[in-house]
Amino acid sequence: MKLVAVYPDPPPPELARTLDLAGYKWAAVGSVEDAASNEPANGWSGAIVACDADPDGAWAVCRSLRKRDTPVSPLLVLVSGSQLADLELRNDLFDDFCLTPFHPSEVAARLKHLFWRGGDGVRPELVEYSGLALNLETYQASIAGKPLDLTYMEYELLKFLAQHPGKVFTREMLLSRVWGYEYYGGARTVDVHIRRLRAKLGEEHANLIQTVRSVGYRFGQSRWGS
Amino acid sequence: MGVLDQQRDYVLRTVEERGVRLIRLWFTDVLGNLKSFAISPAELENALDDGMTFDGSSIDGFSRIQESDVLAIPDPNTFEVLPWGDPKAAEARVFCDIHHLDGTPFHGDPRQVLRRQLDAAHDMGFTFYVAPDIEFFYFAPPERGQTPVPLDEGGFFDLTTNDVAGSLRKQTIRTLETMSIPVEYSFHEDAPSQHEIDLRHTDALTMADSIMTFRLVVKEVAATNGVHATFMPKPLEGVQGSGMHVHLSLFAGDENAFYDADDPNNLSPVAKSFMAGLLRHAAEITAITNQTVNSYKRLVPGFEAPVHVSWARNNRSGLIRVPIPKRGNPNATRIEYRSPDPACNPYLAFAVLLAAGLRGVREGYELAPEADANLFEMTDAQLATLGIDQLPQSLSDSLRVMEGSELVQEALGEHIFEWFLRNKRSEWRAYKTHVSAFEIDRYLKAL
Repeated sequence: MKLVAVYPDPPPPELARTLDLAGYKWAAVGSVEDAASNEPANGWSGAIVACDADPDGAWAVCRSLRKRDTPVSPLLVLVSGSQLADLELRNDLFDDFCLTPFHPSEVAARLKHLFWRGGDGVRPELVEYSGLALNLETYQASIAGKPLDLTYMEYELLKFLAQHPGKVFTREMLLSRVWGYEYYGGARTVDVHIRRLRAKLGEEHANLIQTVRSVGYRFGQSRWGS
Repeated sequence: MGVLDQQRDYVLRTVEERGVRLIRLWFTDVLGNLKSFAISPAELENALDDGMTFDGSSIDGFSRIQESDVLAIPDPNTFEVLPWGDPKAAEARVFCDIHHLDGTPFHGDPRQVLRRQLDAAHDMGFTFYVAPDIEFFYFAPPERGQTPVPLDEGGFFDLTTNDVAGSLRKQTIRTLETMSIPVEYSFHEDAPSQHEIDLRHTDALTMADSIMTFRLVVKEVAATNGVHATFMPKPLEGVQGSGMHVHLSLFAGDENAFYDADDPNNLSPVAKSFMAGLLRHAAEITAITNQTVNSYKRLVPGFEAPVHVSWARNNRSGLIRVPIPKRGNPNATRIEYRSPDPACNPYLAFAVLLAAGLRGVREGYELAPEADANLFEMTDAQLATLGIDQLPQSLSDSLRVMEGSELVQEALGEHIFEWFLRNKRSEWRAYKTHVSAFEIDRYLKAL
């Protein structure tokens, strides 16, 4: 998952907790230099800048993140009521703002919406393969646009296979990677679930999951073109 | 996030994403009737965490009045959106385990009885697989006191009668597959309006759940087409009844524990002693596998139902048949236990079958020789020299044998064992006082 920059270093504890609970991976940056030197190779996927402690330093970080070839977005600033006037003429430096003291669920909701609208970064992960789509955030699967009703283990097995197309897995590997715990079904349970998944995918798509004789199963085409 | 949290999360998200309006909590009473109560999505989170309290004394064979409140705890692994009903107001179901309010397993819950037996198998290193062949009849909606009217005897559907039943079966199979119940074969059986659907093997707990779902789906699909489906063991005199042959196997990890390449029949010592256990305790468990007065009208000679406690490879007159698996597929090695009928409680039936088989394995029972002759053509004296007994002839007989069975008592637990005997004795008493048409026809004028 990609990294979100948070200013200042250390950020207000309430903000850190909010980000952790919402499941974001983040790194604190204390200065413009930090923001540049700590940036991951694929860039910051967003930034949250708290302006109330040191407004000048905060706006400098915003400027450094935005005034460049690929501006960091989304960028959320946290400002106090008396700093609202500072937002004037700085519209290009942020995407949204939140008043301090902030309400944790408001920050979480704004971030979620910003990331969704940006269509990048922490967007719900999708796994797609030849008509099959899995939304890893909502646990929903569809084939040719039609929703598939799956049990939890069917979903987990399909997800695992679809995330590794072309790779052959033995029953034991699938059992330990997908089930990973004691289960009444034993090793044959993999076959049972594969059979159920094929039925639910329908005749047209059943061959997405191939049986590899005396080895196990493969999702989609082999990378060696067999 | 632990597995249980993930399953919980999966259920809650699916309810939200698919717009599920009602969640049905399913469980089974001692006689094998599906019970259900519905909760709204708002209550689901709480139900998954803490269970839902309900009054167990309202359920047959559950608690006595003084300890009446029990807890239904959903098994999130069994959560599924129901494929019928209004797609805009979808409903889902989840099977529940029943617990006491202090969280310990509830003794009146058949699902817990099976779990206990599966744990015993697991401790011996085995997983228990079951594949049932389920027979049932389609009739015109029944009227009280009338002989059932089959669909394909004309009269009910005037045109294309076979197609109606055929399309019912097709709809049923489609619905089963969308509910994670794979179908192996299906066909029109010998008797008029009788059909058979064979399910693909799976672990016994999932299969018992599947059979509960199966019976509902068959009835539901039939009812929406104005037809009555029944799992009554012998609804018509003079034609074969409905059985539920169960194909059983034990696996140790990925290996079929019933297979032995060096044995002439490819049966391992485990398979043989398991069969010996089933045969030795067959009479004791018959009240569970055949629990109605009517069940015993199916277990008679001449209608492909077993009567004798024997085994053979390809002889359908015995209690256990050992199907010859297709070449090169040791995993298909299994035994077919032929007496159960589809009106049984699948949780209890699988539990006593497993208990009997495991007893044989644990104590190294010796398997009697194969009885490959046609047992129906033998005299009682011939059968006696071969040491072949008959299955109990009536519910009363089988209850008497069950009562003396320490094996069944242990498998079912005191609570269900006692309640079952009491309930079924009273069924037998009610039947015994009934004067049948057979008696009127035979005796009224002559005597």
